[in-house]
Amino acid sequence: MPFEIKVHPKVYDVCIVGSGAGGGMAAWVLSRAGLKVAVLEAGPWYDPAQNVTQLKWPWESPRRGASTAFRPFGDFDAAYGGWELEGEPYTHVPGTQFDWFRSRMLGGRTNHWGRISLRFGPKDFKGKSHDGLGEDWPIGYEDVAPYYDKVDELIGVFGSKEGLPNEPDGKFLPPPKPRLHELFIKKAATSIGIPVIPSRLSILTQKINDDRGACFYCAQCNRGCTVYGDFSSSSCLIKPALKTKNMEVFVNAMVREVLTNENGLATGVSYVETTTLQEYQIKARAVVLAASACESARLLLNSKSTRHPNGLANSSNLVGKYLHDSTGSAIGGVLPALFGRKRYNEDGVGGMHVYTPWWLDNKKLDFPRGYHIEYWGGMGMPSYGFGFGIQHLNGRFPDRNGKIKKAGGYGISLKDDYRFYWGASVGMAGRGEAIALESNYCEIDPNGTVDKYGIPVLRFHYKWSDYEIKQAKHMQETFQEIMHKMGAVITWGLSGPENNYGLETPGRIIHEVGTTRMGNDPKRSVVNKFNQAHDCKNLFVTDGGPFVSQADKNPTWTILALSWRASEYLIEQFKQKNI
Amino acid sequence: MKRRESIKAIALSALSTGVLLQQACTENKTQQSETPQFTIDRHPFEKERDTRLMSQRFFTDDEMATIRVLVDIIIPRDETSGSATDAGVHEFIEFIVKDIPRHQLPLRGGLHWLDNHCLKNYGKIFRECTQQVQLEVIDQIAYPEEARPGMEQGVKFFNLLRDLTATGFFTSEIGLKDLGYMGNRPNRWNGVPDDVLNQYGLAYSEREQNETISFENS
Repeated sequence: MPFEIKVHPKVYDVCIVGSGAGGGMAAWVLSRAGLKVAVLEAGPWYDPAQNVTQLKWPWESPRRGASTAFRPFGDFDAAYGGWELEGEPYTHVPGTQFDWFRSRMLGGRTNHWGRISLRFGPKDFKGKSHDGLGEDWPIGYEDVAPYYDKVDELIGVFGSKEGLPNEPDGKFLPPPKPRLHELFIKKAATSIGIPVIPSRLSILTQKINDDRGACFYCAQCNRGCTVYGDFSSSSCLIKPALKTKNMEVFVNAMVREVLTNENGLATGVSYVETTTLQEYQIKARAVVLAASACESARLLLNSKSTRHPNGLANSSNLVGKYLHDSTGSAIGGVLPALFGRKRYNEDGVGGMHVYTPWWLDNKKLDFPRGYHIEYWGGMGMPSYGFGFGIQHLNGRFPDRNGKIKKAGGYGISLKDDYRFYWGASVGMAGRGEAIALESNYCEIDPNGTVDKYGIPVLRFHYKWSDYEIKQAKHMQETFQEIMHKMGAVITWGLSGPENNYGLETPGRIIHEVGTTRMGNDPKRSVVNKFNQAHDCKNLFVTDGGPFVSQADKNPTWTILALSWRASEYLIEQFKQKNI
Repeated sequence: MKRRESIKAIALSALSTGVLLQQACTENKTQQSETPQFTIDRHPFEKERDTRLMSQRFFTDDEMATIRVLVDIIIPRDETSGSATDAGVHEFIEFIVKDIPRHQLPLRGGLHWLDNHCLKNYGKIFRECTQQVQLEVIDQIAYPEEARPGMEQGVKFFNLLRDLTATGFFTSEIGLKDLGYMGNRPNRWNGVPDDVLNQYGLAYSEREQNETISFENS
């Protein structure tokens, strides 16, 4: 077969790379403004109403929901992806660690995420002004607030108005009531000065339009929702955008590089169709990268030309730098008060009903920046792993008859132990802000490694600093206090200095951002305050890459708000014929 | 004593139905040559892999017969529900070792350890020992904190088998019903039932009552 690059005859106004939060939002805004939009997604089509794992029973999976290389969060999880993808490697500078999660599917990682939809607060945009570390954003909360409002109204988020200074309230739907273990947590934590408030999740506790149904409390958001009762980019942005007829979606389109002309402007992208391996080019007047922080950095670095010898938009040499993920540490255990508890349907929304926002003053602590706490527990649906390690429970706690037995065992008595202890588990995890460092980065692997399509791969260099380790230590101490106060017994996760207090490997929390950070100074940033590349005016980045700092929030809501804002700016630039 | 007798009875019934089960097993084999029907979303890659795993067999008939006896000793039939083999736990174990190959060696090796242990001490492999002897052997390996030195291999094997049996059972239709899991269906979460709140001396605050979503007739 002769090698031929096919060029799509149509010239689009905008070509968007990626269909997750950043790409989906740009697609929705731009196509509704009448622009002709092409969306390129590296993975296949996905629609949770068609690709169903919701409301399925454990035995419908022959592995009972165990994880596989293809579905690292379990056999029912919606993500087609993982930290390792066949044929798509990445490398590390020796002695450093970073795990890179990629979802190859329409909607990307918004299909399985926790729906935790937190706004950044005023302080989160001005970290350096508060503690001298990192960098301030070139924008403040007031610039983003109108877009947070619009995102709240378009997509829907529940929560409660609390009036906390750095946890701005949104336009909330009513939250669900706490479940039993959450009432225990709340009582214990608040008694020692740790606030516990309703969580803020993009799940519809009330219907907001005719395209989407309301939540029916199956606790399975990570499986994708057949009635679109939660936010995923595929169902809430891409599908509605398609209705404009201004947008086309190309799936299985793995983008190689951004094409540029002799003036250094973007003219489109080249991609390989992954099922046929046919090479294509697609032309557009502007290009929006929303392939995820590291994938967009990789694309820029791989888009070398005489005008951009260092990679596109990289005259600052900062593309790939300042990579940072949230910190994470967790513990779990059992709440003996709940042994033998009464059965009822406790499935709530998909995730926690309450959480703890950051509540302390870092000036009085030995680490900068805070963390929030996520909680879980209760009578969840059994899956692979149910009952594992019963010998650590039934030799330690009395059984239904008040008798402490020998650990382990078998038979009718053991069978009853599984029933008796079920529903008493409880756990918590911190998600904190790391300081963005120039020394944490991704780059094109200098040893020449390529993926199965021949695209040069990333090499990572990432090391936690003392700040993050001290923060994880504080998490561990806090969790122990809460568990102790509520009368729970810790059975896993207790960690000390030997393993950095349970601090997760960078990349494990899947909040990586910072690789194309925004700023006013083209020498110290990659994009401007409207996510527009300093070096290439018709190129935008709308994923987590432009984040200057991650805050102790989850990035999705801010990605959505900034992508909306950048898209409006792009429309304006078209109108003014600047692009 | 009572518990032990009932386990004996279970073990006996498991053995006596061994022939029937083996017939079922051959039937399964012919079924397995057909393409399995997936009721959950499967990527083509997953379809291919799962179909291939289902068509393969890891455990020999002898090994599987021993696994059947063992899982029913771990989870026997009782007043509430059926036994592990009633719930298809042995089939789950056959699949999971192909899906998660790190379980293969510990399970196969453990079965051989068990047979050799029985052969050495009782002159017969495990399956051919009397139920009384079988339970005597299980007693030696089922209690990790009390097992005597030299039994570590058996303890490790039994811990793994107990884990997989529990998962296989309580993720089956029989097991989920036994457990009393009431979710995985459309619902309207209206908070913890009043009698449960009372039981634990808890109550919703006024804000939790008024500012949360609530439903009238649930």
